[in-house]
Amino acid sequence: MSSNIYAATDLNLRKQKNEKILRILFLMMTLMLIAPVLIILITLIAKGGPILSSEFLFEFPRNGMTEGGIFPALLGTIWLVAVSLLVSVPLGVAAALYLSEYSSDNWFTRLINLCIINLAGVPSIVHALHGFGAFVIFAGMGTSILAASLTLAIMTMPVVIVATKESLQSVPHSFRVACWNMGATRWQTIRQVVLPNATSGILTGIILEVSRTVGETAPIMFTGAAFFLPFLPESIMDQTMALSLHLFVVATQVPGVPDALPYGVALVLIGLVLLLNAVSIAFRMYLRGTKKW
Amino acid sequence: MTTKQDAASSLPPGSQLDADWFTDKFVMLVMFIGGISAIVFILSIIVFVVEQGGVFIFETMDIQEFLFSPRWRPTSEWNATYGILALIAGTASVTGLAMVIAIPFSLGTAIYIAEFADGKFREYLKILVELLAAIPSVVWGFIGLSIMNKVVIDVFDVPVGLGVLNAGLILGLMAAPIITSIAEDALKAVPDGYREAAEAMGASRWEVVFKVVLPAARNGLLGAVLLGLGRGFGETMAVLMASGHSVHIPESIFDSVRALTATIAAELGETAQGSEHYGALFTIGIFLFIVTFFINLAADLIIRDIRKG
Amino acid sequence: MRKFKIAMALLAGSIGFSTAADARVMIQNKGSDTLVNVAQAWAEEYQKVEPKVAVAVTGGGSGTGIAALVNGTVDIANASRSIKAKELKLAKKRGIEPMEHIVGYDALAVYVHKNNPMKSISLAKLAEIYGEDGQISKWTQLGLEVPGCKSQKMVLVSRQNNSGTYAYFRKAVLGKKRDYKLGTRDMHGSKDVVDLVEHTPCAIGYSGLAYATPHVKMACINKAEGEKCTDPSVATASDRSYPIARPLFMYTNGEPTGATKKYLDWIMTDEAQCIILKKGYAPARAVTCN
Repeated sequence: MSSNIYAATDLNLRKQKNEKILRILFLMMTLMLIAPVLIILITLIAKGGPILSSEFLFEFPRNGMTEGGIFPALLGTIWLVAVSLLVSVPLGVAAALYLSEYSSDNWFTRLINLCIINLAGVPSIVHALHGFGAFVIFAGMGTSILAASLTLAIMTMPVVIVATKESLQSVPHSFRVACWNMGATRWQTIRQVVLPNATSGILTGIILEVSRTVGETAPIMFTGAAFFLPFLPESIMDQTMALSLHLFVVATQVPGVPDALPYGVALVLIGLVLLLNAVSIAFRMYLRGTKKW
Repeated sequence: MTTKQDAASSLPPGSQLDADWFTDKFVMLVMFIGGISAIVFILSIIVFVVEQGGVFIFETMDIQEFLFSPRWRPTSEWNATYGILALIAGTASVTGLAMVIAIPFSLGTAIYIAEFADGKFREYLKILVELLAAIPSVVWGFIGLSIMNKVVIDVFDVPVGLGVLNAGLILGLMAAPIITSIAEDALKAVPDGYREAAEAMGASRWEVVFKVVLPAARNGLLGAVLLGLGRGFGETMAVLMASGHSVHIPESIFDSVRALTATIAAELGETAQGSEHYGALFTIGIFLFIVTFFINLAADLIIRDIRKG
Repeated sequence: MRKFKIAMALLAGSIGFSTAADARVMIQNKGSDTLVNVAQAWAEEYQKVEPKVAVAVTGGGSGTGIAALVNGTVDIANASRSIKAKELKLAKKRGIEPMEHIVGYDALAVYVHKNNPMKSISLAKLAEIYGEDGQISKWTQLGLEVPGCKSQKMVLVSRQNNSGTYAYFRKAVLGKKRDYKLGTRDMHGSKDVVDLVEHTPCAIGYSGLAYATPHVKMACINKAEGEKCTDPSVATASDRSYPIARPLFMYTNGEPTGATKKYLDWIMTDEAQCIILKKGYAPARAVTCN
């Protein structure tokens, strides 16, 4: 207590005080940034919660979309996500495997990486223009689930690539070397050693991609999503309703919509997205806990 | 990699290894196709967007008018003009305000998470930031339209709440998590040795942060800001719903504006394929592509630089 | 292109995605936002009349529908304006013969905030408010004091530049050779206009009568200064005494056949025409509904 050499000088005290203030300031900034998530959630739940029911989720819209449910939009979103995953997951995983296991660091790899970054960074509306020009018109798919899903797949593929690449790279190199030394080929090594150790990481990435795909609106507006359809899609050449576009439609286009309806749609959409994210985060934390190396 | 395969191919024919060798080659080809798919898609975007916009670019467009006229009047019956200056001003004002809001808050948050918070609390903060990033843009737009609109009207006593302020705030919140998470990575990339050395010399925590860590992470932070900028610039649905959608060079943050992206989203569905208006919208798409391409390129170069260094 | 489409459909079928595609007939219906809610209600009702026929409805604006008809991707295009010469030329070039069917009438109402004291306005004044280089930009210039609007500066609410509403209002109010002022707020849907006016004391906007709510006020329109004004209503739209009323169209490629013809015939029945009346538009012919 009394040993004076270690006692705080005035300068020290000032510094400590400054640090405290700064710390609180940064904490405030952090809280102000994340407060909106909670405020938004609470508002959506308060205003949209009462309308939620099994009827809302599993029935068709009625009476000019001012009553009834959102089932066709919900199901349409599932179609879009499923078809886009069929394309983006194999391509994305292959791309990540190529980048992490086969390529060396040369200009070509850098070019691929640059393209991946740009696929993720190009505005969603430019993806929409591309999907419209390439799939709807040039390939003659018309506005269909196929065209919309392909557009979404191209747009969200980078999510799978990045997540897969990370989880592949987290498999220690020594595992591969050990396998090669047993005389296994590169592919045998990947299939028997690398992939099993990276599967969960890849799954996490896929879940994250699903959550991105669910919320996208602009890319599907012109490529496959419809304002209203009185039936459920039966093939990938059909158009479909989608949850995200449905929110835009009921919020801006349909007269006489009860106030709670768009909030309810927004709540279902955001609930779906946050749930998927939570699963992905929980999965990731679980993985971190079980890693053996 | 080549040496091993050469060894494999030199084994006697008909052996098990031979078939495996072919499988290996085949798989490699599949992977390669996956790898080049990204390049193919980028090329496809360029080709199709330019192809559809081509008629307008080469036949109608007056580049002077296109870039420097504020008159976007594509459907006038007697004098259609295609000037995107007001739309550029709209995008710039909204994105600019978003950056003014997002940069300090996300850097502050990144510093707090990386340097001050610890344990479980830090994990929770990171998860919340991630959830903020997950909110779909159409939901943001809806929030701007239904909640923020009223808030802006009540708080600032202005006639219309849809404008630069509303869209800028929302865009700021959308860009912030991206900036935060990349900035946090950049801060974490600064070796602990730097911090320890500074602390050993008697520096306080905030001196360490401001005089050692931040300068060391400078490039990474810049990269983070650029990626956030790219996100804001390209955002479509939220801006469409929250900006008021008015072709107008803003004079105050309460003015309604219209963004480049929102213009395409609102008008593409309404144009006949091959018409001038249709081509003009694709030309805006080319413009957006070029700008975001360079923003992303710059961000990538800067971030790669620090990974190497 | 058609061959490619068939190939794609076959491909989809062979993978097993398509089931019983021939059992269901699809009518693609796209276009005008003014008409989209009626079209949607018709589609919903027609599902009960003819369960085997599915009508897919999409909005986007009259231009969208006509563009899609020209591109050959829809069976019926909805439009709240007649086809433009330019569009007709493009259609002919692609071998499409647009045929017009009037399915109802719509009055464009001029909306103001419910506290706005304005009762009537003339077409000439509206042109000065909305038209390029127009002189009126403040409510005080009309001799009005709008409560809650501090600056008394008008907030002009308009529509998407390719909507039929936008084009028709331009023709009916501004005349052929005049454009809108820049800086109007161009809303994506007819409903947006009314919503914004409802929340904005300074605002003036135009939108279909069907979008009226009890929370906004509709102006009575003078054809000329000093004349008796006409209120927008289904009745005044039907007898064409309201000056900003327009027919609503459905376009088909040539004489409609098969399911499309049956659907259009059904639209002209009392049952369907009562739906359009219920939605706030004037029916194409006199009907009695209960």
